[in-house]
Amino acid sequence: MLTKAEVEHVALLARLDLSDEEKERYTTQLAKILEYAKILDELDTADVSPTAHVLPLQNVFRPDRVGPHLPAEDVVGNSPDEEDGFFKVPRIF
Amino acid sequence: MPLKLYDLTAHELRELLTRREVSATEVCRAVFERLAEVEGTVQAYITLDRAGALARAEEVDRDLRAGRDLPLLAGIPFAIKDNICTRGLATTCASRMLHNFVPPYDATVIEKLNAQRAVIIGKTNMDEFAMGSSTEHSAYFTTRNPWAPDRVPGGSSGGSAAAVAAGTAVCALGSDTGGSIRQPAAFCGVVGMKPTYGLVSRYGLVAFASSLDQIGPLTRDFTDCALVLNAICGPDERDSTSAPGGTGDYTAFLLDDVRGLRLGLPREYLGDGLDEGVRRIVLEAAAVFAQRGAHVEEVTLPHTEYALPTYYLIAPAEASSNLARYDGVRYGYRAPVTGDAVDMFKATRSRGFGAEVKRRVMLGTYALSAGYYDAYYLKALKVRTLIRRDFEQAFEKFDLLLAPTTPEPAFRIGDKTEDPIKMYLSDMFTLAVNLAGLPAVSLPGGFLDGLPVGIQLIGKPFAEGTLLRAGYAFQQTTDHHRRQPALTGEILHAAGGGSPKDENGSLFPGEGRR
Repeated sequence: MLTKAEVEHVALLARLDLSDEEKERYTTQLAKILEYAKILDELDTADVSPTAHVLPLQNVFRPDRVGPHLPAEDVVGNSPDEEDGFFKVPRIF
Repeated sequence: MPLKLYDLTAHELRELLTRREVSATEVCRAVFERLAEVEGTVQAYITLDRAGALARAEEVDRDLRAGRDLPLLAGIPFAIKDNICTRGLATTCASRMLHNFVPPYDATVIEKLNAQRAVIIGKTNMDEFAMGSSTEHSAYFTTRNPWAPDRVPGGSSGGSAAAVAAGTAVCALGSDTGGSIRQPAAFCGVVGMKPTYGLVSRYGLVAFASSLDQIGPLTRDFTDCALVLNAICGPDERDSTSAPGGTGDYTAFLLDDVRGLRLGLPREYLGDGLDEGVRRIVLEAAAVFAQRGAHVEEVTLPHTEYALPTYYLIAPAEASSNLARYDGVRYGYRAPVTGDAVDMFKATRSRGFGAEVKRRVMLGTYALSAGYYDAYYLKALKVRTLIRRDFEQAFEKFDLLLAPTTPEPAFRIGDKTEDPIKMYLSDMFTLAVNLAGLPAVSLPGGFLDGLPVGIQLIGKPFAEGTLLRAGYAFQQTTDHHRRQPALTGEILHAAGGGSPKDENGSLFPGEGRR
């Protein structure tokens, strides 16, 4: 059974601030969804290999050549805060 | 009543354009006049690009007048789902997080439509980040079903499907991660195809669940479906999961002949949870195919009931990882907070994401977290293998599978928003196809109480041609796809789109206008 403390831990991992009301709601709803997912345990998958994606591709190579690049001003142009072509963020340390 | 220009198919318009009986500008204007009539009710679009659309149409007309050969989709009005990047045209994913995002580049599919000289009318509403089945999870507004405005158009590509049905676009692009093209196509009475994983480049599609996402066409018939598929498919070195190899001309499969085709009816798709009327329509469709010379037989896909929980572990896990990029640094929304970077990330993500996106990010983070990875995520990946094998075994005996697209016709707005599992169940017949990476198409199979019902054809990997052949033949025998909604022009909301849900007109209450 999912606890409120676990929901708080997962929220921290996901970088989400949840209100008390959201914590309550997600505790109930996620518990219901996870309980539903428990029917997968009916299946014996000991000898089954996982499918991460369906294409029979492993490493995909392409020629290493210089192509067109987006102009820097277009790229930083969508940033909430920038200075001299750099992304500006609040202090990290 | 004679058909209006906006009601024609792309191939019909193409003939009128090449015969110079109408101009691309007239077609484009007809669509914008139709928008003025019905968009206040339907609300399919988040952003309209009238100036860009008319400029493209005029350019096509100049070339037509000069007698130049033009690509087959030149001058055809398109609606684009708002999670496909369009250079210089806002791409919001129907999220507060990207409310101000203007992509500096085009998705590969947009480059390809531009090369076709298609006319892009605008960007369509969807469930936020494509997570939902009704457009009710859009941060902006809910799109209405053109057949019944008190009902949902389906989702997540609900705006694209509603636009094609309402005549506010002739063709559209959507994306399908667990049914997001096919389910709204079924609810709105149009043709919606999810191609084989890897057939269409995902470069420039805002990622939701990368091993499941695929872009595909929504159209009024199968000829248009083949034309759009021809235009958008093919390998792309900017998408490392793009399938290598050529694809040929899909219109070559538009044959009115299904003789000898082996069609399987999966027993599990006709059992519990299926509306009786929908079941009848699927069986009637099976009879049409049988009458035309196909061999129809029952088949079993024993792991079908496990597809839904498998999907709702894998897709949120991938989403929680993909959506980690929304941190308020490089683009999109940033919450105005004092504090350090982590405070800013948390505030940005908490205010920028809506309830369903947060729910799935939480679920995915949990399924991937230490101590639970093996029990949930790895388990789901293993069951995914079993689901794939079901299909592989079925396709040893059959060329195609026929199933319902949805358990019931379009539901009422508000009916399923309180219970996430109830909402998730509306995708119960479409999810397994994404897990197995197969191509599938929903097409109009009939009507129940005036609401369209979709039937679904599922094919072998890269057998889009077989889907087109069967669908085309079905539409030569039936006329469900020719029916049009009697949109009366009743105005529920002021036209113009983009009206945010919040009553004071601000997407971010308490932060002032932006």
